[in-house]
Amino acid sequence: MSCAFLSVNIAQPNPLTSNRHSTNAIKLFSPSFLGSTRKLRPHSLSKSLPSPSKSLRSSVFAVSDVVKELKSNLLITKEEGLELYEDMILGRAFEDMCAQMYYRGKMFGFVHLYNGQEAVSTGFIKLLRKDDCVVSTYRDHVHALSKGVPARAVMSELFGKTTGCCRGQGGSMHMFDKEHNVLGGFAFIGEGIPVATGAAFTSLYKRYVLKEADSDAVTLAFFGDGTCNNGQFYECLNMAALWKLPIVFVVENNLWAIGMSHLRATSDPEIWKKGPAFGMSGVHVDGMDVLKVREVAKEAILRARRGEGPTLVECETYRFRGHSLADPDELRDPDEKAHYANRDPITALKKYMIENKLVNESELKAIEKKIDEVVEDAVEFADESPLPPRSQLLENVFADPKGFGIAPDGTYRCEDPKFTQGTAHV
Amino acid sequence: MAATIQGIGATAYSVNSDRFQLPSLRSFSESKGRFFALRSEGKVIGGSRGRNVSPLVTNAVAAKGESATASTSAKPGFNVLFLLRHEVLLFEALREGLDEEMMRDPSVCVMGEDVGHYGGSYKVTKGLAEKYGDLRVLDTPIAENSFTGMGIGAAMTGLRPVIEGMNMGFLLLAFNQISNNCGMLHYTSGGQFKIPVVIRGPGGVGRQLGAEHSQRLESYFQSIPGIQMVACSTPYNAKGLMKAAIRCENPVILFEHVLLYNLKERIPDEEYVLSLEEAEMVRPGEHVTILTYSRMRYHVMQAAKTLVNKGYDPEVIDIRSLKPFDLYTIGNSVKKTHRVLIVEECMRTGGIGASLTAAITENFHDYLDAPIVCLSSQDVPTPYAGTLEEWTVVQPAQIVTAVEQLCK
Repeated sequence: MSCAFLSVNIAQPNPLTSNRHSTNAIKLFSPSFLGSTRKLRPHSLSKSLPSPSKSLRSSVFAVSDVVKELKSNLLITKEEGLELYEDMILGRAFEDMCAQMYYRGKMFGFVHLYNGQEAVSTGFIKLLRKDDCVVSTYRDHVHALSKGVPARAVMSELFGKTTGCCRGQGGSMHMFDKEHNVLGGFAFIGEGIPVATGAAFTSLYKRYVLKEADSDAVTLAFFGDGTCNNGQFYECLNMAALWKLPIVFVVENNLWAIGMSHLRATSDPEIWKKGPAFGMSGVHVDGMDVLKVREVAKEAILRARRGEGPTLVECETYRFRGHSLADPDELRDPDEKAHYANRDPITALKKYMIENKLVNESELKAIEKKIDEVVEDAVEFADESPLPPRSQLLENVFADPKGFGIAPDGTYRCEDPKFTQGTAHV
Repeated sequence: MAATIQGIGATAYSVNSDRFQLPSLRSFSESKGRFFALRSEGKVIGGSRGRNVSPLVTNAVAAKGESATASTSAKPGFNVLFLLRHEVLLFEALREGLDEEMMRDPSVCVMGEDVGHYGGSYKVTKGLAEKYGDLRVLDTPIAENSFTGMGIGAAMTGLRPVIEGMNMGFLLLAFNQISNNCGMLHYTSGGQFKIPVVIRGPGGVGRQLGAEHSQRLESYFQSIPGIQMVACSTPYNAKGLMKAAIRCENPVILFEHVLLYNLKERIPDEEYVLSLEEAEMVRPGEHVTILTYSRMRYHVMQAAKTLVNKGYDPEVIDIRSLKPFDLYTIGNSVKKTHRVLIVEECMRTGGIGASLTAAITENFHDYLDAPIVCLSSQDVPTPYAGTLEEWTVVQPAQIVTAVEQLCK
């Protein structure tokens, strides 16, 4: 029985040397979905959606051009500026406190700090709604904070306390929060990208199968340059572009994968170019400038929300600290570090806001003080929180604890009273 | 208690088993939907060539406080339901189960290679794409690791995907996602996200499929915490386990077998769901407990015929639940027969049989009169040549010999 399979009419993947102002938006490859009524994927639906006044820039382009066009207006309002500033300060202060706490023996294991990359997290995540999803890697504290997870919950989790966002069971590399739709926190690189693709798939499914017309939640997948040589990355780029999933792939290219330079590991180091190979837009942006990141993010997120498919955004950024707190960080050239230290995103935003008379120094100082208190409070809270009791050991292994099976006496093992004490034999 | 009438068919590959699930009295039962409780009065029911047996305690887990008298008061009118059955092949039974669950819950979806337009390489999903659309029965590109991860991400955000591995062996490519995310995410997220996926596919040694297409992945996956594994062996339990796996909130790996897809059986018209954690009593006996699953069940039943002729009375249990083991059914059997033979298709080293041996020794050591014998496949990559392939798996003759040895 043959189905009316939409023939594969791949639109030319966006030409590299594009006429940026072509108003006939390049038709991206439309997926061959047939609803159960055999109708075509409702193109009519997308047509009725508001299209941007500017031409849809689905081609590869440099962001500096975007900024030039908007030069006449400021990119942000005062409120937005303060919000961005506060978020970046929170990220920085929190991570600095993590380092302190680690060396004081309050947290253990692998801790990967985000200092220097705050512009990417703030620039993207502050544009999201609560029902949008964020998927990250092991360098996930700041992604969770930007998404709205309370600093207390994150700090407790790092201390391994039961009040942590994952009850102390996940740790630094597994920040999850259902309320704020933070889907992790993954220890192996590349592992989270398929999960993000799945979250985007759910959003699409809800719209077209469950007929929830307002389902347009977007998923952001954050990962690094090292991950861009991993199979899962490419497989997911393919699937996301194929089905036009509402996802944005954000590459935080900080040039180093522990001690492996991106240039030594990658045949073509320009990651944004890999987007068009799959039929999606690839964008490169200066990841040390939160305003530029935000502009690119706006467009990418809007594209995803409209159902026009994924975008690959490569953010050139840098981590000021080593890969993790255990990394002596000896391989990186001090000049390179100095170069990026001069482009500290927080200093840059501060300069922008003061020069454009959006804020004055005292307002920024007030924010910094406030954040200091938030972080201090988080540490205090985490310190005072209890450690997980033995009874927590066997909980959460299964959503349905019947999965532990049937004991020799015929009862389910989870019915054993010692189960809740954590001492049952399972 | 329910009765099982087991006919040992003339051909080893045709099964006539009527097995009925009582509405469970367990407080933790999650089985919803209409169950029909059929209390057989011990009569041989249509088609079975087997013996006329009296009601036996074959429901693995008797509900607490249930007595023998309560169950035999059958209303005559109920027996009519016996006749409402239809004949299916195993792959059709799987499809029925899948179809029913997809109708019942719109968040159930299927993803895998060639599951949609092609209908599944073993026809398990045939017709479903036409019925439910390309999005609900998703043809994926050949990227196991990623589409398994995609299924997991979808499960975390509210869907209930059934992920098909075209051959179980292909899921080796998805091991990263199955182990790290499927098994562990519920725990590492502190219980915030559940992963109600079903990962299914055909595995096992087929007819000269070659080493890579003849793998038994149950032994590799069994250590992963947080997942359940079940193996189906008859159309009846295939449908029941498929439905149970889809309804289960935990991630479940459902192992099917390449050679069992064309098994024929008459299964009830009424809806039924089986328990994922329980084992199935195939043939009650007195002399020896034979534990098996999947295809080896049929080799065991073939051997059982020979053994019965020789005067032995083996008790055959299809363990069905590979993780966790149903130690109640198994334990009761061991306590009765005091001898255990495990027959499996896994490799000798580190297989399900190895774990089962350890579990039985640990829990029922005092009841054993003899060391547990475990018959497994050879630790050999399955050869292509037919004769060699035959010698890597356990054959009925070996089972007969083993029982004779055990019962000396």
